[in-house]
Amino acid sequence: MSTRSVIVFLLVVALLAAAPFVVYPVFLMKALLFALFASAFNLLLGYVGLLSFGHAAFFGFAAYVSAHVVKVWEWGPEGGIVAGTAVAAALGLVFGWLAIRRQGIYFAMVTLALAQMVYFVSLQASFTHGEDGIQAVPRRPLFGIVDISDNLSLYFFVAVVAVAGMLLVRRAIHSPFGEVLRAIRENEQRARSLGFRVDRYKLLAFVLSAALAGVAGSTKILVFQLASLSDVEWMMSGEVVLMALIGGMGTVWGPALGAVVIVAMQNYLAQFGAMVTILQGIIFVAVVLLFRRGIVGEALAFWEKRRKAGAADDTASATLPERQGKAAPGE
Amino acid sequence: MAEVAIRTENLSVSFAGFRAVDGVDLSVEAGTIHALIGPNGAGKTTCFNLITKFIRPSSGRIWLGEQDITALEPDAVARLGMVRSFQISAVFPGLSVLENVRVALQPTLGVTFQFWRSNRILRRLDDQAMALLDRVGMAAVAGERAADLSYGRKRVLEIATTLALDPSVLLLDEPMAGMGAEDVAMVANLIREVGRNRTILMVEHNLSVVADLSDRITVLQRGQILAEGSYAEVSSDRRVIEAYMGEEVTDA
Ligand SMILES: Nc1ncnc2c1ncn2[C@@H]1O[C@H](COP(=O)(O)OP(=O)(O)OP(=O)(O)O)[C@@H](O)[C@H]1O
Ligand SMILES: [Mg+2]
Repeated sequence: MSTRSVIVFLLVVALLAAAPFVVYPVFLMKALLFALFASAFNLLLGYVGLLSFGHAAFFGFAAYVSAHVVKVWEWGPEGGIVAGTAVAAALGLVFGWLAIRRQGIYFAMVTLALAQMVYFVSLQASFTHGEDGIQAVPRRPLFGIVDISDNLSLYFFVAVVAVAGMLLVRRAIHSPFGEVLRAIRENEQRARSLGFRVDRYKLLAFVLSAALAGVAGSTKILVFQLASLSDVEWMMSGEVVLMALIGGMGTVWGPALGAVVIVAMQNYLAQFGAMVTILQGIIFVAVVLLFRRGIVGEALAFWEKRRKAGAADDTASATLPERQGKAAPGE
Repeated sequence: MAEVAIRTENLSVSFAGFRAVDGVDLSVEAGTIHALIGPNGAGKTTCFNLITKFIRPSSGRIWLGEQDITALEPDAVARLGMVRSFQISAVFPGLSVLENVRVALQPTLGVTFQFWRSNRILRRLDDQAMALLDRVGMAAVAGERAADLSYGRKRVLEIATTLALDPSVLLLDEPMAGMGAEDVAMVANLIREVGRNRTILMVEHNLSVVADLSDRITVLQRGQILAEGSYAEVSSDRRVIEAYMGEEVTDA
């Protein structure tokens, strides 16, 4: 890691450590988990170019599984997260296997249809308790020893999980695997002609994305002590699309920022009731029409433009030799 | 009988009733440079697409060496050592020139599915990628985005990327189209050089290049083989001259 990224990392850690003393921890936990959810979703949308319209299934069903094993089977929170994540990954394998052969709108339709089936199961199955959901999920001690029953200590646990998950997404993007994904997104036919089994790479990306969405969902039940239908609903699948687009799909941190923006709006504008939905709609339309790259994407593009203009000035005035180094990957 | 690298038997495909490739029996001898020529729309690219499995034949069979590849997927064919280039330049536009070549080399490291690892490991391939770029005279632009290259240079990059796989059989679809004279000469030399220990099947409209490079030529017209033989044989064939309407072949 360069010194600059170490400094940025330490700053973020300090900020996250200080935040719960200033802002309500439950809000922070919600924002962090949605940030992870949106980042996981973006691994697929931004880096493979696949628009899933069924990610609520992974998020919401993982929540049910986690809540069930913690409440009924009396597992610890870490067990709940592992179980929820594993089930989300398995669902991801099935969804992915069925959907990745389709392109564009058909891919989105297949994921939506499958997610609706998961919703239906969640509505009908007995362990999910229908409209009531799984309520009063206990906050057992972490690994049987660490008390996380109060919001502040839970916050630190959730922050570690969410940040670790987002760092894994970032790593996957900047990994050898991520490099192949980039090639596939740039020119799928060419990638195939070079011998890459394109479907397998897409499938792995899908499973990773689903599993990390599952991490977010199964951790969320510790915060709210509740798993409910609202997390498996298609509206939730739509919301995560919105988060990624607002923040900037195809940027590493954009979707996380988009998630924070949306969660903050829902939180602080809750008093205005239905207005929030309308406002979200307006923002969505504005982003699609005016700021297609999203907040982070537009900011990066702006910087890049200034940097290029600056570099052009440099070469013009001093005729510096052209730099060989590659531009730093978008953060 | 010499060893055969590619063989097709009664290869045919129809698009909405139109037989773009119609009963082609092609045989490419191993270790030779074989040219596939013919007027526009003759079905040359479609033949390539069939042989590399990018489209499914309506009928017929295809062999790569001894192996029947009729039922395989395009990526599997590539892994067997038959790699193609495309008529319309096919690079990864958003990747740098170096990254374009490097991604093709990546499977040699066996890390293509490793998502938990930093892509810094790929730097191990940089020397090899640079050597390939050097070979096609593109080392100086290694850091540039492929999208920013001229059309001709993209084609050259595509050839370098194809060579990165070290294929035993190469299919080049109009490799010199859109290139400047300098690159045409460079690529011709390159094809001759790499063709020494590989099989090359090449579609090319530049007939002087074809005459110069190829051991054998197959002429395609309306999806069917019209003639086959050495350049001298083919260029003196009346039907071939007619097919080209007496222009190119006679004065080449
Ligand atoms: N996917 C397709 N759908 C319908 N028709 C097609 C398709 N691909 C090719 N064709 C038709 O098949 C015929 C052969 O096309 P092909 O591209 O193979 O010709 P070619 O010999 O490569 O010509 P050129 O020298 O112009 O590249 C053409 O008439 C073309 O219009
Ligand atoms: Mg063609």
